[in-house]
Formats: sequence, structure tokens, C-alpha cells
Amino acid sequence: MTLAKRIIPCLDVDAGRVVKGVQFVDIRDAGDPVEVARRYNEAGADEITFLDITASHQDRDTTLDTVERMASQVFIPLTVGGGVRTLQDIRNLLNAGADKVSINSAAVRDPDFVREAAERFGAQCIVVAIDAKKVSGESERNRWEIFTHGGRKPTGIDAVEWAQRMTDYGAGEILLTSMDRDGTKNGFDIALTRAISDAVPVPVIASGGVGNLQHLVDGVIQGGADAVLAASIFHFAEYTIGEAKRFMRNAGIEMRL
Amino acid sequence: MSETVAVLDYGMGNLHSAGKALERVASGQRILVTSDPQQLRQADRVVFPGVGAIRHCMKVITETGLDRAILDVIDAGKPLLGVCVGMQALMDFSEENQGVDCLGVFPGQVTFFGEQHGDTGQRLKVPHMGWNQVRQMHPHPMWAGIADDSRFYFVHSYCVTGLPDEQVSGGCEYGIQFAAAATRRNVFAVQFHPEKSADAGLQLLENFLRWQP
Repeated sequence: MTLAKRIIPCLDVDAGRVVKGVQFVDIRDAGDPVEVARRYNEAGADEITFLDITASHQDRDTTLDTVERMASQVFIPLTVGGGVRTLQDIRNLLNAGADKVSINSAAVRDPDFVREAAERFGAQCIVVAIDAKKVSGESERNRWEIFTHGGRKPTGIDAVEWAQRMTDYGAGEILLTSMDRDGTKNGFDIALTRAISDAVPVPVIASGGVGNLQHLVDGVIQGGADAVLAASIFHFAEYTIGEAKRFMRNAGIEMRL
Repeated sequence: MSETVAVLDYGMGNLHSAGKALERVASGQRILVTSDPQQLRQADRVVFPGVGAIRHCMKVITETGLDRAILDVIDAGKPLLGVCVGMQALMDFSEENQGVDCLGVFPGQVTFFGEQHGDTGQRLKVPHMGWNQVRQMHPHPMWAGIADDSRFYFVHSYCVTGLPDEQVSGGCEYGIQFAAAATRRNVFAVQFHPEKSADAGLQLLENFLRWQP
């Protein structure tokens, strides 16, 4: 009996619609996140991550409504991230049916927010999202810094130290995105994933750069990730969740099939 | 008259998911999410879900009198399903948060996973988070239609050990062996989240709604 590694499709949702597009062969409205989540659930996804990229305040209510509809139809864990700033935001998302919330910029602005959130709601539902970018030169020892605001804003904070601090404060999981690799399809930043995974006692989700199924395997075996997150390879039906799982299992990784 | 199934809500985390999943599998039963001890006592079946820290859970249920209501439901012989921290709260004692006395329905202990090492010698991550296999230790109506060694979704840093074998209905392993499911007469308790465990989890909840202990 072994804990399986997880595959997590990620939906970017703006004002209640999946953006960047999701293409299923036989689905009419690919923009409804509830429908998309249900498809991924049926396909064997281990969790769903819902990234709320909504900017306006009114649309937050749409988000809560979407989370609520999703939670009453999809019976696998649901993580919601994007714009989580206050304990009330977390409370609202959990009440709507999110199982975990992901905190990014707000943690950088006020690290104690993570401590308060974990104390109030339990470490198991507090995910800290880290967007990291390599800042060391070629001949130097690897060093990554964290960036906020979708990777636009540098903070000068060392990514490994930050991950350790966040888990000390009670984060139950780290969602690690390589800003260098995100959208490139060149695979995860393996050295970054390994550095963070070895440094923290909690599970690490690798994200950013998946272009093929071998990348998922590399993230787990070489990077030491406990879960792998991907968007486009699944959204555009390049691979199914089932294909990805079988590929990973054939590479010797424990999977839920 | 149709049955009422009470889902205990004591104001923490995502306790509504259990209710939503029960609604999905219910056939005529009324699913009532409630924090009222009296409604709990009047229900035909009770689900005691749980997330977060056990000290807070015990504090809230004690202050609100829900602890007494849970024990009354059990004494009345009604089916009760404990989930995650709801399972842990049914044990004798938890070492979480410098030690917490629990309800003592089962003689087990709740202990930290600690620095466990897997087969590879690698440190295991805590929380134990994700899909792990559950070995069915004894036949039980709650396992009807669920294949042995099916995977369920776990998320916890503490686990139940020290139960007598006949009370361990499901076994799991994560560095150490621990009880994934415990049973005693009309009580069934699971460490995993059936409401988040896709088809196997929904089947277990459906079995609970049919269970006649």
C-alpha cells in the first residue's frame, strides 16, 4: 500500500468562465468550469485546482457561486486560489465548498496571514503558492527568488527559504510554479522542484512548463514532487488524464488508476 | 416517514461537502446540516465530519453540548459515521496540541505521523495527503460494492493507532500502519474523506444510508 502521486488539472477562471480555453471532443460549452471539472473528475483527475483570475470585486460572488456549484457535483478535492487576502475570503471559499485555498501575494505582503489562516482553519487546507524565477548566473550556485502579481513583481526573497518559512508558519502544501518554465512546454524546473521538495516537510505540487508526459514523470522522480499540475496539455486534449496516469505508472510511479 | 440524516456542523472548515455528497446518493432521506444537539438526537442517522485541529473541534462540541448529543446518538443505537477529525474525536486521547481528551467511544490513540521513512529511506511528507489504499480487514456492510484496496482521499497529520484488531475495519499504511476505518456496533469511522473520494467514497456514503447495524 503506497500513497499515489497526484495529477491536478488547473482551471483559470475569470468571471465564472474558464479562460485559455478547454477543448473536449464531445462537449458543447467548454467555458463552464463546473462542466470542465466534472469531465476531469470522470477522467480520473486526483484533484482540481481553480485559479480565480478575476480582477473586479463583484465577480468574486460569481466565483463563490461557481465553487459552490462545482462542490455539489464534483466529489474530489478542490483547491481555489487567486486573490485570497483575508481570513473572511478563506472562510467564504471553504463555506462555498473549497477544500483548500491557495495563498500567494497576500503571504508575501503579510507572512503572519498564513500563520493565522493555518491556526484558524487547519494546515491541511492552507496551500501557499510560490512563483519562483532563477536569479543566479550560469557559473553560480542555483538561486531562485519569489515573484508576485503573476510573476511581474520581484521580491528579493529566496524561494527555498521562503518555502521553509511558510511551512513553519503552517502551510500544509506548497504549489510551486517556475516562472521561467511556465507556458514554455519545456518541462518543470527540476532543480527548483528538487530544492524545494527536499527543503520542506509538506507535499509539493510542481507546476509550470509541462509539454509532454515524460515531464510529469521527471517532476516526480527527479524533482521529488508529490503532485503535478498541468493545464494546457489536458485542456487541449493533447493527452488525457488516463494516458498521463498510465504513462506515469509504466515509469514505476504509484498512481490511482 | 422518510429518514433524517443529520450532518454535524460545528463551524469549521468545509463541513458542507459531506452533506452535498450525501444528497447525491440519498434516496428519499432528508439531509440536515445542523449544529443543534436536539436535532442531532432526533435524527435517524448522524454524520460527524471534521477538519482542522482536534483541540478546537473538542472545545466547540463540548461548549455547545454536541459531545453529549453524539454519545446519546451512539447509545441509542443509531448509525453514526465519523469522518477524519470526527473519527479521531471518537478515540480516547489525541496527542495533538499537547494532548486532548476525546470522547472515548473507541480505545484508540491519535498520534503524530512523525519522521517516518518510506521504503526508499526518503522522509515521508506530512500531512499524509492524497489517495491511498484501504485494506478491508473484516467484511462489513459499509464495504459493500467497494473493491478491497480501493483508494480513498486522505489529508491528515495525525492517525489512529492502538485499536483492538476487531475494531479495525480498514487498514492503511504510510510509514506506519494505522486505522483507516474503525467500527464498533452502530459506529463506523473513517480517517479518509469519503465525500472527496470519487466513486468509492460515494459508494461508502450510500452504504451508510442503508446500514442497519
